[in-house]
Amino acid sequence: MELSAILLQVLNGLDKGSAYALIALGLTLIFGTLGVVNFAHGALFMIGAFCAVTTQRLLSISTITIDETKTDFLGKPLQIKTPIVESWFGESVGQALIDWSVPLAILLTIPVMLIIGFVMERGLIKHFYKRPHSDQILVTFGLAIVLQELIKAYFGANQIPAPAPSVFIGSFDFGALIGMDAGKLLYPYWRIVYFCFALLIIGLVFAFLQFTTFGMVVRAGMADRETVGLLGIDIDKRFTIMFGIAAAVAGLAGVMYTPINSPSYTFGTDFLVISFVVVVVGGMGSLGGAVLAGFVLGILESFASMRQVIEFIPGINQVVIYLVAIVILLVRPRGLLGRKGVMES
Amino acid sequence: MSSKNNLLNKPVTRRSVLKASAATATVMAAPMIIPSTAYGYANEPKGAAVTLGFNVPQSGAYADEGADELRAYELAVEHLNGGGDGGMMGTFSSKVLKGNGILGRKVEYVTGDTQTKPDAARASARSMIEKDGAIMITGGSSSGVAVAVQGLCQEAGVIFMAGLTHSNDTTGKDKKANGFRHFFNSYMSGAALAPILGDNYGKDRKAYHLTADYNWGYTTEEAVRTSTEAMGWETVAAVKTPLSQTDFSSYVAPVQASGADVLVLNHYGANMVNSLTSAVQFGLRGAQVNGKSLEIVVPLYSRLMAKGAGENVKGIFGSTNWHWSLTDEGSKAFVRSFGEKYGFPPSQAAHTCYVQTLLYADACERAGSHDPCAVAEALEGFEFDGLGNGPTLYRAEDHQCFKDVLVVKGKENPSSEFDLLEIVEVTPAAQVTYDASIFGGELGSCNSGA
Repeated sequence: MELSAILLQVLNGLDKGSAYALIALGLTLIFGTLGVVNFAHGALFMIGAFCAVTTQRLLSISTITIDETKTDFLGKPLQIKTPIVESWFGESVGQALIDWSVPLAILLTIPVMLIIGFVMERGLIKHFYKRPHSDQILVTFGLAIVLQELIKAYFGANQIPAPAPSVFIGSFDFGALIGMDAGKLLYPYWRIVYFCFALLIIGLVFAFLQFTTFGMVVRAGMADRETVGLLGIDIDKRFTIMFGIAAAVAGLAGVMYTPINSPSYTFGTDFLVISFVVVVVGGMGSLGGAVLAGFVLGILESFASMRQVIEFIPGINQVVIYLVAIVILLVRPRGLLGRKGVMES
Repeated sequence: MSSKNNLLNKPVTRRSVLKASAATATVMAAPMIIPSTAYGYANEPKGAAVTLGFNVPQSGAYADEGADELRAYELAVEHLNGGGDGGMMGTFSSKVLKGNGILGRKVEYVTGDTQTKPDAARASARSMIEKDGAIMITGGSSSGVAVAVQGLCQEAGVIFMAGLTHSNDTTGKDKKANGFRHFFNSYMSGAALAPILGDNYGKDRKAYHLTADYNWGYTTEEAVRTSTEAMGWETVAAVKTPLSQTDFSSYVAPVQASGADVLVLNHYGANMVNSLTSAVQFGLRGAQVNGKSLEIVVPLYSRLMAKGAGENVKGIFGSTNWHWSLTDEGSKAFVRSFGEKYGFPPSQAAHTCYVQTLLYADACERAGSHDPCAVAEALEGFEFDGLGNGPTLYRAEDHQCFKDVLVVKGKENPSSEFDLLEIVEVTPAAQVTYDASIFGGELGSCNSGA
C-alpha cells in the first residue's frame, strides 16, 4: 500500500472526525453538566445544517418579472427571478452574498441554536432531571423525531444542496507540497476549512471553560454540583447556558458540514449513534476524550473503507467503530481519558 | 378463581392434545391472506366503484418521489373518471377508455406508505387488499419494495403494476405472473449507455465502480460492466458501499490513484447525490489520468435527485426512463395536464405511475373484466403507443415493457430549476431488447385469488 493512500485516509478521517468531535463535545458538555443523555443532539446538528439552507433561501428571495420573449415548460411567458439582494447591493455584491451563504449562515446559526437550546432545556429537559436515564433518553429521542419531521414537513425529504463559496471549490494538492507525484494526494479545500473551523470551535470552548470565571464555575459544578450550589451560586442557570452553548456547537458543526454533504432531515441520525460511541470511547464526561476519540474513530473508519481492507475483511467498514468501542470498554471501561471511577464498578 | 381452578384442574388427555394440534395445523395451513373470495376472484367489485391501491413512499428518503407518484395517480384517477383534460388518454393508441371510470365503475383509491422498506410496504399493501378491497396495487420507488409487494400480490391474487423499480430482478429472477413493469431496467441502461460512452470517451478506458450494496446496485454494476467491457473497457475495481453511507470521501479518494479514468456510480437517491458530490469535491472530474480526462457516469438518473446534487451533475452521462422535455404528443399532453394542476413538470416516477394506471384500466376494458387473470392476459404482448416512450411492447414472457431508452446528460446551462437534464440520444427499443430467459426466474401462473 502506498504512503499516499495511507495519508489520504488520515486526511479523510480528519474532517469526519471533526464532526464527530464537535457533536461528542456537545454531548459531553450536556452529560457532564446536567447529567442528561441527549438523544436530540443529532437533530440539533441537522437544524444547524438547515440554518445554512434557510440563509441561502433568505438571500435568494427574488422579485419576479415576466419575460414575454421566453416561455416556460407549459409555453407560458417565462418568469425571471432576480434576488432582492442583487437589486439592493448591486449584482456583484448580491451574487457574492449568495455565494457565501454557508459561512454567512454562522451568523444566523449561533442565535437560533442558543435559543433552541434554552427553550429545550427550560421547556422540556428540566422536568426530567430527577427521572431515570431511560425517561431522559425516551423524551430526547422523541424530541429528535419531532424536530426531524418538522424539518421534513417544511423542507421536504430530498437533500438540498448548500455549496461552499466558489473560491473553496476544488482540491489542494498535498502531494506536491511534500514532494510526491502531483495528483496523488488531493484534498478538497472546504474540508480543510472544516477541519480548521472545528479546531477553532474546540479551542474556543476549552478556552471558555478554562480561562473565564463562568467556565470555572461550570467546571466546579461538573465536579461537585451540590457544594457549588451551597456556595450561593445559581448553578442551574449556568448549566442552562451551557446547554445552549452545546446546542450552538452542534449547530455550527452542522452548518459548515453542508457543502460536504447536502443536508436532508436525516442528516443528524448518521452522526448521532457514532457520536455516542465517541463519547463512551473517549470517556463519559471527559471533554478532551471526546475530541480525541472523535478524530481517532473518524480516521479508523476511513481506513476501514479502503478497498484493500474491505477485500480482506468484507463489511469491516460498517462495524469497525463498534468493534473498537467493545475492545476499549473491555480493556478500559472508563474510556480513553475518562476519570477513574466513571463507568467502572 | 373457580374458572382458573377449572382450567388448571382440567386433565390433559391424548384426545385434547390431538384436537388442539389439529386445530393449530388447520390455522397454520390456511393461506396467509384471505381476501373476499365469495365471488369469482379476489376483491371482485360489485358496486358502482372500483378501488385501486397506491402504495408509495410517503415517509423516508424517497418521500418526495413518492409524493410525485401520488400526484400522478390522482391525476390518472381524475382523467379515468372523466375529469380534467384527459391527459394521455387522448394520445394513447388504444381508444377504449372513455372517461367513465373502469368498465363503467367510478375509480376510487386508497393509499399506503411503503416507507421504502419491504416489510412496511407489504403490510400496507396487505391492508389495502384485505381492508379496503383494493383490486390492484401499484407504486413504489425501490426494487427491494417492488419485489416484496409483487410477491404479496401474487399470493393475494391481485394485479401489481410496479412503480419506479430498475433492478433486473423485478421482471427477471423474481418475476411473477401477477406483476407488470413499465419502467426500464439495469440491463437496458447498460445497453443504451455503452455506445454513447464509447463515442464520447473512447474504447480504451479503465472503469472504477462504486456500487450500492443491494440487489439494484448489483444488477446495475453487472449491466454496465458487461456492456462496457464488451466494447473494450477494463474494470479496474468494483467496490460495494453500504446503503446507509452518507459520506463517500473515503471511497472516492482512492479512485484517481488506482489508475482508473472513469468512475461509475451505481447509486440512486441520496447515495447518488452524496457520492457524486464527494467525487466532484475531490476534483475527480476532469482530473488527468493516463493522459485522459477522468469522467463520471451515473447509470440511472432521476431529475428529483439531480436537483439535490446541484451543479455537480453538469455534463455527466446517465439514463432515464422518461423526461418532461420530450416533444412527442403523449409527453406534451401529460406535462400540460400535470403542470397545469401542480405548477411544475412531472418526474419520471410520476410518468411511469400515471402510465401504469392507464394501462391497467385499458386492460380491464379490453378484457371486459377486473379478473386479474383476464387483465394479465390483456396486458401480455400488448403493443401500444402515445404514452410518452414511443411504440412499446408489454412482453408476455416476463411482463417487462420494451421501449426506447433515453441517454441523458446533466445540462450545462439550465434555463430553469427543472431544466437539469438534456437528452443526448433516444436509444431504440431493439438495441436494449434481450432474451427473456437470461435472468432466470419463473413467471408461474396467474392467481385470481379464487
